[in-house]
Amino acid sequence: MMKNDFKNSAENSEDIAIQGEDTTKKRKIVVPGEVIASGEDYLPSDGTRREGKDVIASRFGLAEESGRVIKVISITGAFVPRRNNVVIGRVTNVTFNGWVVDIDAAANGFLPLDESPRFISKNDMAQFLAIGDVISAKIWSINNRGIDLSLNGKGLGKLEGGFIFRVSPNRVPRVIGREGSMINLIKDKTGCNISVGQNGWVWIKGNDIDSQIRARKAIEFVTDKVHVEGLTDKMEAWFTEN
Amino acid sequence: MSSMDTSNLTIETLKQMFAVGRRFDGRSIEDFRDLKVSLDVSNKAEGSARVLLGKTEVIVGVKLQIGAPYPDSPNKGNLMVSGDMLPLASPRFENGPPGFVAIELPRLVDRAIRESKVIDLEKLNVVPGEKVWTVIVDIYPLNDDGNLIDAATIGALVALKNTNLPGLDKDNKIDYDIKSKDKLPLSKEVQNPVSVSFFKLGDSIIVDPTREEEEACEVRVTWGISKWNKQYMINSCQKSGKTPFTQAEIEKMMVLLPKKYDELNEKLKKFL
Amino acid sequence: MASFKRHDGRSLTDMRPMTAKVGVVPNADGSAMFAFGNTIAIAAVYGPRLLHPQHMQDPATGILRVNYDLLSFSVADRKKPGPSRRSQEISKMTEWALAPVLDLEAFPNTVIDVQVYIIQADAGTRTAGINAASLALAHAGIPMKNLVCSVAIGKQDTNIIVDLDKEEEDFEDGEGATDFPLAKIANTDQFTLIQLDGKIPPQRVKEVLDIANKSCEEIYEVQKKALKELVE
Repeated sequence: MMKNDFKNSAENSEDIAIQGEDTTKKRKIVVPGEVIASGEDYLPSDGTRREGKDVIASRFGLAEESGRVIKVISITGAFVPRRNNVVIGRVTNVTFNGWVVDIDAAANGFLPLDESPRFISKNDMAQFLAIGDVISAKIWSINNRGIDLSLNGKGLGKLEGGFIFRVSPNRVPRVIGREGSMINLIKDKTGCNISVGQNGWVWIKGNDIDSQIRARKAIEFVTDKVHVEGLTDKMEAWFTEN
Repeated sequence: MSSMDTSNLTIETLKQMFAVGRRFDGRSIEDFRDLKVSLDVSNKAEGSARVLLGKTEVIVGVKLQIGAPYPDSPNKGNLMVSGDMLPLASPRFENGPPGFVAIELPRLVDRAIRESKVIDLEKLNVVPGEKVWTVIVDIYPLNDDGNLIDAATIGALVALKNTNLPGLDKDNKIDYDIKSKDKLPLSKEVQNPVSVSFFKLGDSIIVDPTREEEEACEVRVTWGISKWNKQYMINSCQKSGKTPFTQAEIEKMMVLLPKKYDELNEKLKKFL
Repeated sequence: MASFKRHDGRSLTDMRPMTAKVGVVPNADGSAMFAFGNTIAIAAVYGPRLLHPQHMQDPATGILRVNYDLLSFSVADRKKPGPSRRSQEISKMTEWALAPVLDLEAFPNTVIDVQVYIIQADAGTRTAGINAASLALAHAGIPMKNLVCSVAIGKQDTNIIVDLDKEEEDFEDGEGATDFPLAKIANTDQFTLIQLDGKIPPQRVKEVLDIANKSCEEIYEVQKKALKELVE
């Protein structure tokens, strides 16, 4: 069905913010209420607020100063869904007009019937996607009813074979790497199809059990430490040793 | 952290892996994870232990109370095993009335300990026929990464083996401020009950699953085992789940069980 | 007065040695342990997550749900498992102590579950619990204006003392013991937990609040350090 597209599905997630190992930005760990910088010139962005002259952290995370813009990137915690995020989820229910999908967020995802890639009658719905099946989907809209999903995009659709596991959603940019460099390295070294959801769920399918286990181990190694320098070199070394 | 149920494709992959004896963390399907134990979780408990089995963490505390004996055992002390699946430990646990897991776990630990007779209940007399000690074991998981039952039984065993009776005042009433040196009386013939749970997926039987593995498995059977007069003795058993076990599978477990007992006891030696 | 020593050698305004650690429950979205001397609390946060049952969901705002309880063996006289009226009340107090720093309206229809358990109780359990919960919420990356710091100020006869332990709580001579647990939003003048049991003349309350401010500054430093240590 969509097997050939899976290899590239990770690239879709690059559209969303990549935090690579850019050392030209100033960064430090801050706690809620901490003053990050003082001055009228600064522009408080995500996770910060202004109080008088001060730009103050409004959550625990990595404060990043980029030019005049200051934001706090979350390094812990649950997945916060955003429009256009590619997520990996598990079907939990088949209703009359679509599928309810658990995307490990504070609301369920919903895949409407007309999002399926070919015509599916209401009777055949479970034939296409049954409870327990896994999909890679894009968040199309977030509203009061929930999170609407779409399969319209390269590499999206039902995932078959392999397995899925979870990493902390905050580590996803690190797993993907700048312009996909890390995930491509892992794919090359293990020969596996890998799809990384912004919600922290990762799908791996390899030619054999060993390469699947190895690919998972590699990803878990990448996500292990909170703060790592020179990760790409460390990974090259890891692959020689493992 | 996720409460997403296991997906079909992951179950299928785990089935294939177990069938060739492979696991994600590199263990064989018969291996226990790293076991770390420490004592003195609470200075208000008469005995307590913390067990870390892989990432699964359970704390167990023992409290002693004095009361009237049960009418049908006037010269014996009492044992009660209780606990709670704290919602803290897993996205799957919720506040409110206990679900089945919360009901079953303390009961399984209870039977493994009680049926082994490791606690000498007859030595728990204070005033024969009138006052006896009641031993209360409370189990609390702090992080559920699978196989809570075995971790909890180990915790209960270690806590009990490191329990001191509280002091009594002149009226034979407990004074928790008086620390006595008397240890909880344990049987000399019985050695160290533990539980070993076996989980089945497809045709494979595994030991000590992570939460991911446990949620993929179809059924579990838990065996309480100890040594009585130096002989291995199975003291309790419970199969939990719909899927049947074959006779061959049960016999295979009987071969593995004493080996696992020895392994666990070796790891626990310095705490017992 | 300056040389007054309490039964364990502390001065009037000394808190017991504090320990704090973040990330103690790997399964949780955020977690922490906080101790005042022998009083040990752990807290875990799950959320924002879907709120069941559906009819409890609020389309205007997320809900903060706190569950505080003592573990059975945390106290000398074993506590039967299950919520007591006391623990239900403290759960609510803790919720109200923490809610003002959270932007719950940013998460409609969801719940943020905070579980607080006392492993070892030597007075000041609700204050240790709030400190642990505040850390756990921050660790969970939940948008928070500030941390919340909590301490039990007290009075033993006529002396105002900080962070009473159990022995001091049970004091009965003279004016007896007064327990005055407080919580405030760090770096502000806003108190989010105010409770009292005992005997204190109104004109001495200001003294208590001033002392609480100082103590909370120290607590904030401990909390900050615990969070930053996560990254080292």
